[in-house]
Amino acid sequence: MAMIVRGPADVAQALLPARGATRRPVPATIGRPAPRGDAQAGVPAPHETNAQSTPDRKGTNTVSKRSNLIAAALIAAAALHAGVGRADGSGRPAPVRAPERLSETGLYSDITNETIAPRNLSFEPQYPLWTDGADKARWIRLPDGATIDVRNTDGWIFPVGTKLWKEFAFGGKKVETRMLWRARADQWVFASYVWNDAQDEAFLAPEVGIRNHAEIGGGARHSIPSQAECRSCHESGGTPVLGFNALQLSDERDLLAPHRKPLQATSLTISRLEKFGLLYPRRPDLVENPPRIEARSPRERAVLGYLSANCGSCHNSRGPLAGLGLFLQHEIGLSSMGVDPALATSIDVAGQFVVPGSDHDGSRRIAPGAPQASALVYRMSSRRPSSQMPPLGTAVVDSEAVELIRAWIAEDLGAK
Amino acid sequence: MKHRTLLISIAVLMAAFSAFGEANKPNAQVERGKYLVSTMGCNDCHTPLKMGANGPEPDMSRMLTGHPESLVMPPPPALPEGPWVTVVSGTNTAWAGPWGVSFTANLTPDPETGLGKWSEKQFIDTMKTGRHLGMGRPILPPMPWFMIGAAHDEDIKAIFAYLKSLPPVKNKVPQPIEPAAAK
Repeated sequence: MAMIVRGPADVAQALLPARGATRRPVPATIGRPAPRGDAQAGVPAPHETNAQSTPDRKGTNTVSKRSNLIAAALIAAAALHAGVGRADGSGRPAPVRAPERLSETGLYSDITNETIAPRNLSFEPQYPLWTDGADKARWIRLPDGATIDVRNTDGWIFPVGTKLWKEFAFGGKKVETRMLWRARADQWVFASYVWNDAQDEAFLAPEVGIRNHAEIGGGARHSIPSQAECRSCHESGGTPVLGFNALQLSDERDLLAPHRKPLQATSLTISRLEKFGLLYPRRPDLVENPPRIEARSPRERAVLGYLSANCGSCHNSRGPLAGLGLFLQHEIGLSSMGVDPALATSIDVAGQFVVPGSDHDGSRRIAPGAPQASALVYRMSSRRPSSQMPPLGTAVVDSEAVELIRAWIAEDLGAK
Repeated sequence: MKHRTLLISIAVLMAAFSAFGEANKPNAQVERGKYLVSTMGCNDCHTPLKMGANGPEPDMSRMLTGHPESLVMPPPPALPEGPWVTVVSGTNTAWAGPWGVSFTANLTPDPETGLGKWSEKQFIDTMKTGRHLGMGRPILPPMPWFMIGAAHDEDIKAIFAYLKSLPPVKNKVPQPIEPAAAK
């Protein structure tokens, strides 16, 4: 379901049942604030106005009634001229802006001494996103007393005020810290902070990002993403929060996941969230049966997890690329419903992209037994603009993941 | 009394004209888009050129349908080192350069080969980010997406509305060909 509610159309969208298997009732908290366009609020609905009162058929209108009629007509005319009631209605409060400095966001209690504020909780997704080998650290901060609405296992809803940070370092040097902040019910703030050479402060990056900002080895350079790039990944699925969900925080970790990090004692997992009472409603089921991808082999499980975390934010059934029919985002609720959508929409399926040098009829998204004819492998292995996947956020091929997927296609799928 | 009646009449007329203006907006938007498309040079590359009595001219029977599917291009000639870097087909729809070979897109609203499945937002995002569908691969040269992206949103919306109003033409444009040397 759409989490970002901007106007009446989006509210209507948010009220629709989410696609997928986990069709749970829409939380009342989503429906209730349903702000009709702010501008609309200024126009009395017909039944609320005196102007709507029954016209006096006997010609005995009072001055008061006539005045009301005039006033209502003028308001209606002015409203129409002002565009009130349009989908893009004005009158919305100005968007919340991110602070100019990282030290003002609440991540650090003492940035010069690199002390993280104790109320920020660290976490490690079991399937990390590849960012050219960056060392990453992640934290979440929930407002006091607030809980995460987890009624929909695959669509967690975070309370207003939630902040998440991800820090990127290359070669031991902090380069960038990104923040995702639900500043209002209808606004998530996306911000990236660029570290200075002294490593004692980071500053808000420009909206257009910074291309080729930092050397990361091998001639490749790390780019600070633009706002549009942030949104293209984070607003293309059911939720803008991508690395903090039931699958990623499962207590049962996938030991074959590329670039996995061992869990720290302080890392948030579902059991710790449950223990701290941060989930609403309580979900002991997720502790007793930790979410995991059901697959035909351990290797396939790791592949599906990788594809979900690295490709599924765009390639899913809810976002703007749904028309492509490639659904790599894993949903817990779908696991027990037969063939995994990721497999059904990729294995032996011809895509728009034809692998160069392969027979046009032989090129597939995933060609069983033939990684060389599999567009997914070709594009993951490319950093050329016309074929690179993912198309942004990385300048270096993830060789470990490519090898994992290549072996899965050649050996697991080739043997069938 | 007359004074009030006059006020009411004015208010009602204002409301009526506003509503009338709203109702007619789509046509005005399409007209605006047509004007922009014809003056911003979209036809230069997205409508194949044909050879006429006075040289190359746009083949308007294939207006905005992009590189013709039937015109399968041979590999581009290798250019010697020097200031010449680009080779162009006679149709002006296939361009070879250091980025490989790019083909101009079918801008008619055919659902499979054109813009039929695109949303207005995807079109705007593409023009503003220079990325396919606003989130995919970079748009390749010589497409001046940044020029169109510099237009006001209302103008980009008008362009899209006009393109969506065209008759859909099925013409599958090839995907870009990568530079052999870069592989």
